[in-house]
Amino acid sequence: MTETTLAKALGSGLRRALEDDDRVVLMGEDIGQLGGVFRVTDGLQRDFGADRVIDTPLAESAIIGTAVGLAYRGFRPVCEIQFDGFIYPGFDQIVAQVAKMHYRTAGAVRMPLTIRVPYGGGIGAVEHHSESPEAYFAHTAGLRVVTCSTPQDAHTMLRQAIACDDPVLFFEPKRRYWTKGEVDEDYAFPLGSARVVTAGSDATVVAYGPLVATALDAAAAASDEGISLEVIDLRSLSPIDFETVEASVRKTGRLVITHEAQQSGGLGAELAATLTDRCFFDLEAPPQRVTGFDVPYPAARLEDHFLPDLDRILDAVDRVLGRANSLSGWSA
Amino acid sequence: MTIADESRSTPLMDAATETVQLLDPQGVRTDHPLYDSLIDDLTPERILALYEDMVVVRRIDVEATALQRQGELGLWPPLLGQEAAQVGSARALRDDDFAFSSYRENAVAYCRGVGLPDLVKVWRGTSQSGWNPYEVGMATPSIIIGAQTLHATGYAMGCVKDGVDSVAIAYFGDGATSEGDVNEAMVFAASFAAPVVFFCQNNHWAISEPVGLQSRGSIADRAPGFGIPSVRVDGNDVLAVMAVTRSALDRARSGGGPSYIEAVTYRMGPHTTSDDPSRYVDPLQHEEWAAKDPLSRLEAYLWSVGALDDERAASITAVSDDVAARFRSGCLALPEPDPLSVFDHAYVESHSGLDRQRSQYAAYLSGFAS
Repeated sequence: MTETTLAKALGSGLRRALEDDDRVVLMGEDIGQLGGVFRVTDGLQRDFGADRVIDTPLAESAIIGTAVGLAYRGFRPVCEIQFDGFIYPGFDQIVAQVAKMHYRTAGAVRMPLTIRVPYGGGIGAVEHHSESPEAYFAHTAGLRVVTCSTPQDAHTMLRQAIACDDPVLFFEPKRRYWTKGEVDEDYAFPLGSARVVTAGSDATVVAYGPLVATALDAAAAASDEGISLEVIDLRSLSPIDFETVEASVRKTGRLVITHEAQQSGGLGAELAATLTDRCFFDLEAPPQRVTGFDVPYPAARLEDHFLPDLDRILDAVDRVLGRANSLSGWSA
Repeated sequence: MTIADESRSTPLMDAATETVQLLDPQGVRTDHPLYDSLIDDLTPERILALYEDMVVVRRIDVEATALQRQGELGLWPPLLGQEAAQVGSARALRDDDFAFSSYRENAVAYCRGVGLPDLVKVWRGTSQSGWNPYEVGMATPSIIIGAQTLHATGYAMGCVKDGVDSVAIAYFGDGATSEGDVNEAMVFAASFAAPVVFFCQNNHWAISEPVGLQSRGSIADRAPGFGIPSVRVDGNDVLAVMAVTRSALDRARSGGGPSYIEAVTYRMGPHTTSDDPSRYVDPLQHEEWAAKDPLSRLEAYLWSVGALDDERAASITAVSDDVAARFRSGCLALPEPDPLSVFDHAYVESHSGLDRQRSQYAAYLSGFAS
């Protein structure tokens, strides 16, 4: 067990994957000599060669599209999209080819790609460096979509994603790249499973990626007021481990969901709909969503208003608990 | 924005590059200093075999159109007029090469050994891929225009990594040359010296849009800008197509990297059976290209060298009729897919959410059983 940052845990995960399977190749912009703009791939080209850690021209559709061809030939490509907002030129290849090839060919051709995407805001950056586009991909059948919140999960899940025979969108919470934690390289759990981070009894808070830490802060603050929150790190956004969330909601009867992405058509909607369906008679209050607003990602000096934070999560907790909250007395 | 009128009517033929031709439209063999030697081994018997391929794929094409008109296929994209471009290039490939195509390359699929009913599974709607790509060395055709050129480039990069001299060939049309993916594929192929052959069939039409709308200059002239050598060939001349394709394949195999071929041909039929070319095709242009038919020139040549006679012609007709009959019966015999197979293969490893949907739909369907 060693303490390391989330970014370095991803790097060691990539290193282990390159060591374990010689069909693994890394592709992306600036991932070689530079080691990636966030240094996640630091040292990997030096140690594994430019043939396996490939600096590509600046063309996201081609990064994904050539990875499809490499997968056709039995390789296991790991593509880095430099920033969340740069994934859209590659969207067609991901959605129309990567996601559907196994289905299209009745199982003949596998697409074991991993597509790494630093995502989310909170770093004072421009709009295309701060977005949370996970719902587009969670909506696409054939893809798996995961995200991590701790160095341990970052390391373990990235290796699992690369070993997975299905294509995986791996969203990395870039504002948590410098979060430190212990990493046991041999620790394992099923890819696709959610994790109850802290047990509680009054309400369930479902978070993922960058907001897990925020939800934990909210749980600590609530605890000071005698409110017991159960925080679940969803980890897998497609498929969703509804069983874990369902068990929690049956216990607490109250559900708050939080994500940075805009609200409409987001993961929160899917969670709220499915859990309302499955837990209707256990719910004591309508599920509440705490999300980014339905606007494009705003300028950096406005992002604190856009992003869910501890107080907005606690305000939603007050709503599901029937306590005084910001909407008491509010009407449209 | 309006497109200048001349762009819709100006033919592309004002490019400086030559068009390689070994067999003129009358079927007369013409000499070429560079390419003659590349088809030295083609005896009259072997050329006759290419002719038979072309007759057969045209016959399949006619039969498929009939099947569509009879309601047995949802759609069919005819290749009429492009037989030489497809057969000449496909027959230049080795078994261990890999073709990435668009949806009109039915002759390429036939030459790669795709089974007859497998050619129409997609169009009959019984599956989304007619064949297992690994069994024939040909990927499932791409419906998204140009996307497959990137797959071919990636596959070719993989050939280099694996230390083999197999080559990937990407088939696409003149319309696809406007797509970003095709241009990105050329950037990657050049940068990584990928053993890929870009085989553009310029058939003059992207549904209703003439090639002049895609490119004001020569399509073949684009590739050198990416650092990729390029050749323009008479796409209705099977000998010339085979020669230039062999040249490009040799170059790729020997570490020379990518090449680009523009096979100039003409789509004599509609885009698909749903199209109506009478709304946009100039009958004079159509007539002009009918005179350059790829089969009749080869037929004339084979007669002139004594490789074809009445008996052999009758035998080839019999072969093609037999293929058409088996193609038709194979198509009609394709089994209906099982309803619950709609859930198969979405993932290599299914997951509980999908299993739940399958189980619930099975319960729903069982309500209709009695």
